[in-house]
Amino acid sequence: MNENNINNKKKQDEESIINQAASEEYRYGFVSDFETDVIPKGLDENVVRRISQLKNEPEWLLEFRLKAFRHWQTLPLPKWGKVNMPDIDFQAISYYAAPQTKTGDKKEIDPELKKTFDKLGIPLEEQKRLSGMAVDAVVDSVSVHTSYRERLAELGVIFCSISEAVKDYPDLVRKYIGSVVPYTDNFFAALNSAVFSDGSFVYIPKGVRCPMELSSYFRINAAQTGQFERTLIVADDDSYVSYLEGCTAPMRDENQLHAAIVEIIVEERAEVKYSTVQNWYPGDKDGKGGIYNLVTKRGICRGDHSKLSWTQVETGSAITWKYPSTILKGNNTVGEFYSVALTRNYQMADTGTKMIHLGKNSRSTIVSKGISAGHSENSYRGMVKVAPAATNSRNYTQCDSLLLSDTSGAHTFPVIEVGNDSSIVEHEATTSKINEDQIFYCNQRGISTEDAVGLIVNGYARDVMKKLPMEFAVEAQRLLSVSLEGSVG
Amino acid sequence: MNNSLKQYIDLHDQNLKAINSHSATQLNSLRQEARKVLENATLPPKGSDDYEATDLNEALAPDYGVNINHVDLSRESTTKFRCEVPNLSTCLYYVFNDTFRPSATAGQSGDKASVESFQNTKHPEVLAKHYGTVASLNNTCTALNTMLAQDGVLIYIPKGSATSKPIQLINVFDANARLMAVRRLLIVLEDDAQAKVLVCDHTKGDQQYLSLEVVEVIAGRNARLDYYHMEESDNHTTRLSQLWARQSEGSNVLIDGITLTNGFTRNDYHIDVDGEHCDTHLLGMAIATSSQHVDNHTLINHNAPRCHSNEMFKYVLNDNAIGAFAGKILVKPNCPKIDAYQGNRNIVASPTAHMYTKPQLEIYTDDVKCSHGATVGQLDQDALFYMQTRGISLPVAQKLLMQAFMSDVVDGVRLDTLRDRLRHLVEMRLSGDAMICESCELKK
Repeated sequence: MNENNINNKKKQDEESIINQAASEEYRYGFVSDFETDVIPKGLDENVVRRISQLKNEPEWLLEFRLKAFRHWQTLPLPKWGKVNMPDIDFQAISYYAAPQTKTGDKKEIDPELKKTFDKLGIPLEEQKRLSGMAVDAVVDSVSVHTSYRERLAELGVIFCSISEAVKDYPDLVRKYIGSVVPYTDNFFAALNSAVFSDGSFVYIPKGVRCPMELSSYFRINAAQTGQFERTLIVADDDSYVSYLEGCTAPMRDENQLHAAIVEIIVEERAEVKYSTVQNWYPGDKDGKGGIYNLVTKRGICRGDHSKLSWTQVETGSAITWKYPSTILKGNNTVGEFYSVALTRNYQMADTGTKMIHLGKNSRSTIVSKGISAGHSENSYRGMVKVAPAATNSRNYTQCDSLLLSDTSGAHTFPVIEVGNDSSIVEHEATTSKINEDQIFYCNQRGISTEDAVGLIVNGYARDVMKKLPMEFAVEAQRLLSVSLEGSVG
Repeated sequence: MNNSLKQYIDLHDQNLKAINSHSATQLNSLRQEARKVLENATLPPKGSDDYEATDLNEALAPDYGVNINHVDLSRESTTKFRCEVPNLSTCLYYVFNDTFRPSATAGQSGDKASVESFQNTKHPEVLAKHYGTVASLNNTCTALNTMLAQDGVLIYIPKGSATSKPIQLINVFDANARLMAVRRLLIVLEDDAQAKVLVCDHTKGDQQYLSLEVVEVIAGRNARLDYYHMEESDNHTTRLSQLWARQSEGSNVLIDGITLTNGFTRNDYHIDVDGEHCDTHLLGMAIATSSQHVDNHTLINHNAPRCHSNEMFKYVLNDNAIGAFAGKILVKPNCPKIDAYQGNRNIVASPTAHMYTKPQLEIYTDDVKCSHGATVGQLDQDALFYMQTRGISLPVAQKLLMQAFMSDVVDGVRLDTLRDRLRHLVEMRLSGDAMICESCELKK
């Protein structure tokens, strides 16, 4: 075969692979047919009061919501992200949707709902569990089931929905809610504080090492609703917990809003590991529909020697706007951020982290891997700030971007600020396409281009993947290979 | 509109007639446009994007005098200033405050190249053709300069010619009162032209000075330009400089911004690489002590495929110095085979010095190799220890390491004699010695 033929064949191969990849459907795009209580669309003080009333909340929480709502009204929609954010009509969204339980008993799972979670591969019934993982499942605005609660309670670990926590542990919730992400923080934090519906609450008491992975599974099901969940994790002195978060949504032509807040408080010598596999519906191949994922995630290493580690695999959402951050307040604290963000078709992701060094000898590591294909835009935006008092601090940042098409964009916007003479901050970033030599080498050894791309990208993302808990790593790896098949062009 | 901006607009409105009558005629055409842009402009507040560490409001707030009637304020004759680089013969020109003065050695090269003031240029058509074509009025400082500019320096190298000697331009501030100089430099290299330009900043006296500069560089096909800027002013000088460059196919441009002593400096470099096979080198260095403020902001726009760019900025900060760097490499869609690197390395040598850095990449084409690296740190303790075990005292060891640290930028200088001179100046600067050239009368 002459060279031309080989080239033509290669091109045809690549084209067919691309077509195949483009037609790859979103697996979780089904709609479940259970009944949902939805309050009418629109947002005003009465809606905020209604949400609070539906959830039988105490007066102080209603006050908190109202303060946040009034503040939110004064804020403009932020436009600084490197995403093409359309004007969102906040009056066209319903702010509360609760799946109805036919039996009326919350402990009993609606069979339709159970089917949904079976389809998603999320086991809600303990006996079917293979590995020890406790799951809190949140559908639309309500937490529908939390497994393994009793076993955890024996150790003093509280793992429940935040609505239950407000009733059962009001002092704990009141002490910590809004302490890391105040409602004044930003537009979406204010919105969430006003209308948040459910989410998970975790409290690990002093000296307890949580024996199993805790996990939340978020699912948007109802149409024309938004999901505004709130997660609060408190790890008391000398404790440890690993928390996982997963999310999916049905395929719809409309854009749906997801504006969450995650707050994490890590006390002395405690360690929290927070992992996310974000797979919200990304819209179709023409960029129609998809979730706007606009979340505020922040943790504080309050005590000395504490550690907070964020790991995220971002493959979904039409727009992602998310910066899991760590405030390293205590001395000798450690912050970590590992991220793989994959965008294809018309997805836009603007994600990164902030590491705020306030304590002495604090250390942080940032590893961010961006992969952009199709017509997508993928940005890393990060900040490393070393306060004058944070002497001997150390940061290492690596953010690499891989471009798989000539119509996609990859951007890096880091900010570094160093205020003393004993800290070391390093940042490096590269942007390139998949190395043709590597693909050629793989081809030569009988590995198809498609598999070669998969291999190379998985190798490229390995630094992050190996930080994920095993159960998630498998899912994440599969997600990556599904999304990437044939994206080489 | 901010007050600090308003005072200059008022100055313009009240003295428009005088400004126009003492100006090169080609500059009047853009003046109104600039004025219109400024009508709705505001100075970006400190902390806003790209101005993390720099407060333009504060920099422009003092009531500086502007020499609208173009009275010659230069009190000294050109013979008294010697900024000669040892072993380097240059064609020497001066800009005293805002007035252009050729020296005795000027124009002796016998080349086709010309270095003239806008007002007295023999090439008014070149000035008319290129003035204001690269600099964008959307930039507030550039608009302010364009609104007030009356004169400037035109360096014109016609097609296919080259300067036999480097062109040296010395900006001197010397006045009895607080003064703002509106400086403008236009460098036009036609196709296949070559030039080396060295610009030095000096100040005399203890008045407060503001240099509002716009430099425009037009590099034709296969042109080759070396542009070195050395800032050796003092702590009461503010410099707001905008450099705009446009490169055509096959051109090779080196821009080197060196800040050795200064007060408050903000340099913006905007480079548009419009042709294929261009080579762009953007280098910078700052050694800052006491409360010096050095902010460099760069943007390299790769608008054409198959180009190479290399950017490196290095800072050593001591005492209460503030350093800032923001750089962006932008690769437009359909510009494959771009090889671009951007580096920013900083040493913070005192607990009260502060460094801000923001290296950015914005890439819209897949077949590129772009990377950047930024570090903020200290001298290597092991290296310092090793040198001390060999009998080298700590201060000397520190100085040696800092010199070595700066060598990337120093070695980037493509003129051998200037490179040696710069190495010597860096050494003197790091030892804290005065850096006045031996034969110069510009002593403080």
